[in-house]
Amino acid sequence: MARAAVLGRLNWQLGSVAELVQETPRVASLVLDVPEWQGHLAGQHVDVRLTADDGYQAERSYSIASAPEDQRLAITVERLDDGEVSPYLVGEVRKSDKIELRGPIGGYFVWKGGDDRPLLLVAGGSGVVPLMAMIRHRSASKSTTPTTLLYSSRSEDDIIYKAELDALSAAGDGLTVAHCLTRMQPPGWRGYSRRIDRAMLEEVAWPKQQNPIIFVCGPTPMVEGVAGHLVDMGFDPASIKTERFGPTGG
Amino acid sequence: MTVQQSDLKLDGNAIAGLLREIFTMEMTTAESTCAGCHKVHAVGQVEVYMNAPGAVVRCPACGQVQMRIVKGGGRYWLDLSGIRCLEFSA
Repeated sequence: MARAAVLGRLNWQLGSVAELVQETPRVASLVLDVPEWQGHLAGQHVDVRLTADDGYQAERSYSIASAPEDQRLAITVERLDDGEVSPYLVGEVRKSDKIELRGPIGGYFVWKGGDDRPLLLVAGGSGVVPLMAMIRHRSASKSTTPTTLLYSSRSEDDIIYKAELDALSAAGDGLTVAHCLTRMQPPGWRGYSRRIDRAMLEEVAWPKQQNPIIFVCGPTPMVEGVAGHLVDMGFDPASIKTERFGPTGG
Repeated sequence: MTVQQSDLKLDGNAIAGLLREIFTMEMTTAESTCAGCHKVHAVGQVEVYMNAPGAVVRCPACGQVQMRIVKGGGRYWLDLSGIRCLEFSA
């Protein structure tokens, strides 16, 4: 699976659902067997296409959650109740079902590893998915790149990959995870209790002298706010890569 | 929920698949020079609006429309008049 992405015309291919993981009440991961898969880079995505009985087709793009090293391809999908595709992928789909997909897609928002510069990852909600692929890639490749994930969720129940992030950050190989909960905090919560702001970024970000590589993914207003703060703080705009998602998904 | 125009803004990553169909290459790492302000951005960085009957791409520096892409009925319409130069790996 670790081969570099092969370019050329992208063909639709069939993946079979090997495993379903309910990550939060609204978010599920689909772990897929894709026999023709050519490998991917952490941060890339796939297009998923559903076809109705009458031939109507709907296509959506989902970030890949699995590491390039993983045997199976995983995507993580947030259910949007008025969406056309996500309510099927989160709630309807069953093990062994076939899913039509194509990919890997994208090359701008990717982290290949093999780089000593520290990594700052900033996620809002399901924007954590491509960043999780980077964290999983970092772990699978035994990288000790100093890495901080700042991850904003609405409530503790909405934190995707919580147990895995707890375990990876406890491994002591240089990964730190800072959570913020914007709407509801459990009693005794020790993380941040507000939206990501400049003061928070100043607390968690690597010194700019270390020239960190920065990836920001989440809803558009959050991504633009964070990127703006980071530029104001003096980070090189060329080192900040952003990926926005908005209400046109689903 | 009220949807603000700014919330509908995405970026070039959102049209990576569409551009891949057209160019048969990974295009988000391509660099486009704006015909309006002449600034250069990676295609992954440009502003993209998908809430039109196609994709509208704007320059993140000056807001000029760089690309309009419509796909339908088995055809593509590709207007690149807002791009002065598109540079990518062979």
